[in-house]
Amino acid sequence: MRSIIKQGQVVADSWSVLRPDEEGVWPAVADDVDVIVPLSMWLSDKAAWQERAGKTGVWLAPDDDPAALAGQLTGLPLIAVDFPAFTDGRGYSIGRLLRERYGYQGELRALGDVWSDLLHYLWQVGFDAFEIKDGKGIDSALNGYHTFTERYQATHREPVPLFRRRVTLV
Amino acid sequence: MYRYDEIDHRIVRERVEQFRDQTRRYLAGELSEDEFRPLRLMNGLYVQRHAPMLRVAIPYGHLSSVQLRKLAGIARTYDRGYGHLTTRQNIQFNWPELSRVPDILAELAEVEMHAIQTSGNCVRNTTTDAFAGVAADELIDPRAYCEIIRQWSTLHPEFAFLPRKFKIAVSGSVQDRAASQVHDVGLHVVRNEAGEVGFKVIVGGGLGRTPMVGEVVKAFLPTRHLLTYLDAVLRVYNRFGRRDNKYKARIKILVKAMTVEAFAAKVEDEWTHLKDGPATLRDEDVAHYASFFTAPAYDVLPANPVEFAARLAEDAAFSRWVARNTREHRQPGYRSVVLSLKKTGVPPGDITAEQMEAAADWADRFGYGELRVAHEQNLILPDVRERDLFELWQLAKAQGFATPNIGLLTDIICCPGGDFCSLANARSIPVAEAIQRTFDDLDYLFDLGDIDCNFSGCMNACGHHHIGNIGILGVDKNGEEWYQITLGGSQGSHTTIGKVIGPSFAQADVPVAFQKIMSVFVEQRLQGEPFIDTVRRIGLDPFKERVYAKHH
Repeated sequence: MRSIIKQGQVVADSWSVLRPDEEGVWPAVADDVDVIVPLSMWLSDKAAWQERAGKTGVWLAPDDDPAALAGQLTGLPLIAVDFPAFTDGRGYSIGRLLRERYGYQGELRALGDVWSDLLHYLWQVGFDAFEIKDGKGIDSALNGYHTFTERYQATHREPVPLFRRRVTLV
Repeated sequence: MYRYDEIDHRIVRERVEQFRDQTRRYLAGELSEDEFRPLRLMNGLYVQRHAPMLRVAIPYGHLSSVQLRKLAGIARTYDRGYGHLTTRQNIQFNWPELSRVPDILAELAEVEMHAIQTSGNCVRNTTTDAFAGVAADELIDPRAYCEIIRQWSTLHPEFAFLPRKFKIAVSGSVQDRAASQVHDVGLHVVRNEAGEVGFKVIVGGGLGRTPMVGEVVKAFLPTRHLLTYLDAVLRVYNRFGRRDNKYKARIKILVKAMTVEAFAAKVEDEWTHLKDGPATLRDEDVAHYASFFTAPAYDVLPANPVEFAARLAEDAAFSRWVARNTREHRQPGYRSVVLSLKKTGVPPGDITAEQMEAAADWADRFGYGELRVAHEQNLILPDVRERDLFELWQLAKAQGFATPNIGLLTDIICCPGGDFCSLANARSIPVAEAIQRTFDDLDYLFDLGDIDCNFSGCMNACGHHHIGNIGILGVDKNGEEWYQITLGGSQGSHTTIGKVIGPSFAQADVPVAFQKIMSVFVEQRLQGEPFIDTVRRIGLDPFKERVYAKHH
């Protein structure tokens, strides 16, 4: 069982992410495991996934549209967003949309090329769980939360932007 | 000018510590080259031909004398005694050691400066008119909005990893001096018919490989919606801009592919969800930032005082310098002075530590301790009494700052080129110098009048060659440096992309081609006609014929 960072702590994690193998074949999923499946698979047979004994979450690729999940977020235990390369910032917008527009309140997990230097931004836009890339220290990644103690923008974590708080303080 | 509060200081200090840790981990092998590169770029650090290059942000070109002295100190301590002012109002140091960069950043933080987002695929330094706040033709002072945008864009968590760089320019005057139509977003501060202040929003301009003039996506955006609308523009770009090909990744390509109407509609749709949200600016928020940009306590002075007028009448060289290197001020009895960094023999935009210190002293002595960096790569003293101009001129001459060539052919906008930049195809500095030497007769240069000459060492167009009345682009032909000439480009309110006149030239032939172009101009110009108007009137053919004529 691998460890992830969740709500600011390193915890053991039972979820597995369903991805195609090197030949592009999708592995079978046992009925009783907790699995995170791609958005397209989820949308094509939602009822079947929900009837399994294990829990089912959904992962989005950077070019997936989170609007596809609008109105059906209740009961989804986990949504993950894949970052195939850390320089691909589309997932940050997906995170904000899920949280701020579609009102998703469950676990939002960052997958892929995810490591300490990115945690702060990911946390701000709404992610609360991080599967740290292999080879990158998970304990040191925890430091990433605290890189900045303040920020200018309105974010999921601090909906009131600094300029408003400043002027109110005066 | 804007002053940091405790929070601004803290954010910059924390960024310095973050970068110090990133540098340490890179040097210790904990971060790979591919991982460190985007991180260091986001903090203005390039790896160049000779050494790293550090680009320090000068937000919308505003500098205090204290900051400029600090830059001089950094140039002396960590570099080789000089810096280079860029076309985006920043300053670059060409010779720092990687391991000492965190120390430079810590020193910058002491004077409210940083290198945050001066490079990388993120929102870059916001730029504006170098004469903002003092220009005679200003409609609305854009600086409060520049600072609001600076803060909004600084470490924006959603937009740290965009498809490509993103540049915003703001203009608040009749003449657009911020090249706002060739930025990813250009904002014109305007009033609507009801007298309400807002912005005309232009998106999708840019130079580089595919030069384009931006298009209006919103004719009037009320001020309060500035940040929510920018969030919407950036979100559409972040999600849908191309990431498969870096040459097609700028927002201009997205706008073109979608059509401006479809792009505007998409932004509008996104914006309906953000509009009136917490990032909406209240009047008191704008007032808070505007309070930093009030006019200094100017003396009440007559315009054109007697002693100034007398000096002008008796000293032709002074008169020439005043005509070219000073600008009208909205306060009677004052002028803004442009200190020329385009002296022949010195790379355009380069400034020594000694010059920085001298200019800082003049800012304190003659003005209110402030300076500006112009995107044309000159330094500006915004507030100088007309009666002090003669003394300042003499001091500036002694520092090599008084070449009376602002706006003339030798005031060349020029990137560092192949002498420094690892992206360049060709050197720009020696060719710019050769052009300056060719036109070193001041009478002739004066007679030619206003000519924007812009020079880029490669397609990336840092020297804005597309919008020069004469543009030069360095190209690589089988490993040799060649130079392509364009004519008819212009910046400002009628931004135009110049056209290539024909096959490129060997280095030694560039000044000759310039001479021929100028001879056609002199023959064809109507009385007092500026070069760009002649080019527009007669077209490119007469120039082509002369430049490419076979010798007999």
